Amino acid sequence: MEILNLEGAEDTPKIILDKGNGIYEISGRSLPEDSAEFYQPVLDWIEEYNKDPNPETEFVFKLEYFNTASSKLILDVLSALEDVQGCKITWYFHEDDEDMEEAGEEFSELVEIPFEYKTY
Amino acid sequence: MKYIYELHKRMVDHDLILVYEGEFTQEITKSVLSMAERNMDSSGEESTIKRKVFNVMVECLQNVVKHADQLNNKNPNHNAVFMVGKHEDQYTIISGNPIKDENISIVQEKIDQINSLDKDGLKQLYKDIIKTTEISEKGGAGLGFVDMARKSGQKLEYDFEKMDNGFSFFALKSNIKRQ
Repeated sequence: MEILNLEGAEDTPKIILDKGNGIYEISGRSLPEDSAEFYQPVLDWIEEYNKDPNPETEFVFKLEYFNTASSKLILDVLSALEDVQGCKITWYFHEDDEDMEEAGEEFSELVEIPFEYKTY
Repeated sequence: MKYIYELHKRMVDHDLILVYEGEFTQEITKSVLSMAERNMDSSGEESTIKRKVFNVMVECLQNVVKHADQLNNKNPNHNAVFMVGKHEDQYTIISGNPIKDENISIVQEKIDQINSLDKDGLKQLYKDIIKTTEISEKGGAGLGFVDMARKSGQKLEYDFEKMDNGFSFFALKSNIKRQ
């Protein structure tokens, strides 16, 4: 399966979705002008991946900041991952960033996927 | 040329570290954000405060960008303004932009509802909206004001100043405490 690899920019996150190496990660800042358009390739990739997923999928969010329009799309990404058997989320937050920790907890209350929290 | 000094003096009097007036786009948003970030970095602002200020600035700026897109008019009197004030005890993030008179009550009701809620109420409202919302054509999720209130931890202040031709100037102010 093709690797989705997006370089991060000042307003868009870095994204690596690599089935072969088992790496699934969204990191950095997310405040794109058009969040729906930006996240569409991610949603498409997950849909394709879910046809034949790896036995385990550890999907990593390591976001420094995301805007509200992105939060809606992050929820869409999480909802898509709900359908993937053996998927779990690792939610990173900076150790003094309570808002990012709380954001992760809120997402975990909205979807049925196990969340693990880690600080950086 | 006296207005230059007067403008300068007014900015100093109001502790304004950044004022931008004009057209609002994503590119302008990024520039304004990076200027404000640099200012906070050079003054050694605490990272938790910096993050909150950044957060509220983004929502505020993108609100104005989306609203300007929607209005899509080239009348320079319909430009918007954005400012950041840095006071001893708090930061203030301010935006001002023209809105159609017929939209005043919608905006006002939304903000009044948000201001009537406490921390848990805001959290619940946020979750209710995010579960049901669709991203609008303007690219918004309808969560901007809620997020600004949550991240600032303060009530949102607003004002509508009558302009002309069925427009009013909508001023919005968020305060972020500097512990």
